[in-house]
Amino acid sequence: MKYLLTILIWFPIISFSQEKITGMIMETNKENKHIGLAGANLYWLNTTVGTVTNVDGKFTLDYKKEYSKLIISYVGFKTDTLTITEPKMVHHWLQSMDNLDEVTINSRKLATAKSYLQAGNTFTVSSDELLKAACCNLSESFETNPSIDVNFADAISGTKQIKMLGLTSPYILITTENIPSIRGASQAFGLSFIPGTWVESIQITKGAGSVVNGYESIAGQINTEIVKPSTDDKFFVNAYGSVNGRLELNTHINTKVSDKWSTGLYLHGNMRETKFDKNGDSFLDMPLQKQINVLNRWQYTNQEKGFVSFLNFKFLNDEKQTGQVDFNPKTDKLTTNFLGSEINTKRYEVSGKLGYVNPEIPWQSVGVQTAFSSHKQDSYFGLRQYDITQNSLYANAIYNSIISDSRHKIKTGISYTYDHYDEFLDVQNLDSNYKRTENSIGAFFEYNFDNLEKISLTAGIRVDHHNLLGTFITPRLHVRYTPWQKSALRASFGRGKRSANIFAENQNIFSTSRNINILNSNGTIYGLNPEIAWNYGVSFLQGFNLFGKKADITLDYYITDFKNQVVVDFENPQEVNFYNLNGKSYAKSFQAEFNYNAFKHFDLRTAYKFYNVQTQYNVGKLEKPLTPKHRLFANASYETQKQDTGNQWKFDLTYNWIGNQRFSSTVSSPAMYQLPDRTPTISTLNAQITKVFSKTFEVYLGGENITNVKQPNPIVSANNPFGANFDTTFVYGPIFGSMYYAGLRLKIE
Amino acid sequence: MKKFIILVVFLIGITSFAQNKNAKASIEVDGVCMQCKARIEKASITTKGVKSAVWNVDTHELKLIYDENKTNLKTIQSNIAKAGHDTNEIIATDEAYNSVSPCCKYRDEQVVNEHKN
Repeated sequence: MKYLLTILIWFPIISFSQEKITGMIMETNKENKHIGLAGANLYWLNTTVGTVTNVDGKFTLDYKKEYSKLIISYVGFKTDTLTITEPKMVHHWLQSMDNLDEVTINSRKLATAKSYLQAGNTFTVSSDELLKAACCNLSESFETNPSIDVNFADAISGTKQIKMLGLTSPYILITTENIPSIRGASQAFGLSFIPGTWVESIQITKGAGSVVNGYESIAGQINTEIVKPSTDDKFFVNAYGSVNGRLELNTHINTKVSDKWSTGLYLHGNMRETKFDKNGDSFLDMPLQKQINVLNRWQYTNQEKGFVSFLNFKFLNDEKQTGQVDFNPKTDKLTTNFLGSEINTKRYEVSGKLGYVNPEIPWQSVGVQTAFSSHKQDSYFGLRQYDITQNSLYANAIYNSIISDSRHKIKTGISYTYDHYDEFLDVQNLDSNYKRTENSIGAFFEYNFDNLEKISLTAGIRVDHHNLLGTFITPRLHVRYTPWQKSALRASFGRGKRSANIFAENQNIFSTSRNINILNSNGTIYGLNPEIAWNYGVSFLQGFNLFGKKADITLDYYITDFKNQVVVDFENPQEVNFYNLNGKSYAKSFQAEFNYNAFKHFDLRTAYKFYNVQTQYNVGKLEKPLTPKHRLFANASYETQKQDTGNQWKFDLTYNWIGNQRFSSTVSSPAMYQLPDRTPTISTLNAQITKVFSKTFEVYLGGENITNVKQPNPIVSANNPFGANFDTTFVYGPIFGSMYYAGLRLKIE
Repeated sequence: MKKFIILVVFLIGITSFAQNKNAKASIEVDGVCMQCKARIEKASITTKGVKSAVWNVDTHELKLIYDENKTNLKTIQSNIAKAGHDTNEIIATDEAYNSVSPCCKYRDEQVVNEHKN
């Protein structure tokens, strides 16, 4: 009897631990109403376990681990099979047979998104936004973005440099899928080695950034997500041609190899073989170039077990030729016949990622990333030669979990980096060989708190041991507070430290007649000390309705304060001097941004930016040359209503106004080579029209700098390129003038 | 007696299985918008013992992971009801329901319809 009682006591617990699924089966309808389907059949595949929905369409069904496929059927409706891996609620819509073809989903995704909730000041740029300026590679992808300033290409390499908070790209941590990618040898041209069509989305974080990806970021972080084989179009072709002779072809092929494996092959080629010298200074306005860029990705996804993995293989070959129009590399290389230069780059990359999310406990995950790259640039500029080889290894392991509940998240892990640099120079008064090996091992911990209402914060700290930078701590903090609805007040601070690759980051110094000097000799990197900076910032975002339409305004203020910096001093027109900062160096930036969805399908984005970037040079504290104090930005985009066929027009207009900029001093040059103190102001206008014919085909036509603004005489002493005053570093505006392009996109999903 | 012990041991096994530190459950909670989502998830997660709560605005499904030693579904559901949202077992009092913002009046057909666009 006692025996029976025990069983009876335990029985409810047993039945409690037995698992069931419950849910509701509904009929698909246009209004998405919850119309229950009474009498629909449900059963587990290969079993006799099944049930029928009640009058409201609801059901309860026993569940065991061995069951995985749930079959749902009803006369006159399409039979569906659901994969069930855990006891959960099932809400399923069955589709009536007679309107099977009608189901279309229309939603309008915003091209850019600012978060009201995240602690960091992060801005996400989707692929839609990237299409607004159809060209060409990552450096040009920021043209429609107010947070990043895209500078005009310098007179020699033709590569556009980017700036954030008034600081150049070496101070921005640029990652590809969270692996630091554009750094060291690839700093100068790396952004042009990521074709625009490969980019799925970009996340831009202003200020200190996260500790997870290393200690190098100072002004901010830019992460690029590359298209994924499992989600990218099966087949995609993009062809582009411009009146400045640039031709591009991008091809994506994605296939599903098996249930769990997908692979993608992305091919990019571009070339310019036509010589242009519109301003008649005997120099090419932009380089001749050829690039082959191949990426092969393998993606493994096993959702039941919680594994995701990527393997990437990348190869790049890039060749550029610049200089005088009549320069022929075969006969004139390293001679004084004509001044010319070639920059040839080969790069290999292999990277892998393995992520595991515990399917039982979704907050627990582990990620491991490794990347190996080999980068080799051979180049000469006139009579000066510069070659660099960099071999890098990066490894990072992250563990994610929570403390007590999902309001308290933690990330912790370790990372290892190895870089070997080998540089060869043939430049007077510099050593001919610079070799160095850097390695570091570090551990990080990041805590994220979100009270699901007014406050969230991310606090991170990392400790690294680096053979040249020493052992150091990198703290970073981001806080978000929401004082009232649709607002976010953010603050951040953090520290960054890096070794400056003075030649690779300043390759424009080679195409001058300036003597290059390194004034210090006690440091560990070219005789110089590592760069250290603190970044502090506040930002306020407020969303509101203006005449019944959505609008938002953002005010940002950031200060970057260098404790040490490798100063690049152009103040003597016959020299470039590198030395450790002795005094103050800071970049203060203010940005006011206003976005307005003025009417349906019309978005307006405007920004005013103020930069105060000052450095203590040997001749005194001065404004950083060629850094405007004031900038205005406006972008307007309009789309027509998308038809069911996909048919649509898209219009996009971008305006930039750049205030005057300081020229580095030329007072000691002969009078004919002297420049004024400051540059004139510059304004440019870009426009693009896209016509979408169907989901598979679209064409676009655009113009850059359509008001045809040009900098007269971008090269100093162009008529005497081997003379003492030759200089190509004084570029503040467009060289080529207006440029038109057209292209097409073909995609098969 | 031997049988009895075996049975007890067997049942203890089940009991400890039932007292799962990461018990999963899925319940239906009524609501209409992202504000409801924030409120529902907050009410769930501030219940001691709840580790994760994710509510789906389309399916009204609330996925919970909680420590069975510290809480149970009843407690979580009553906290959600206190915040003003009906669950399939506990209906929120009118007083609690009236405390939700106008956007979240999920019992009002008109409000529900407005959210469908």
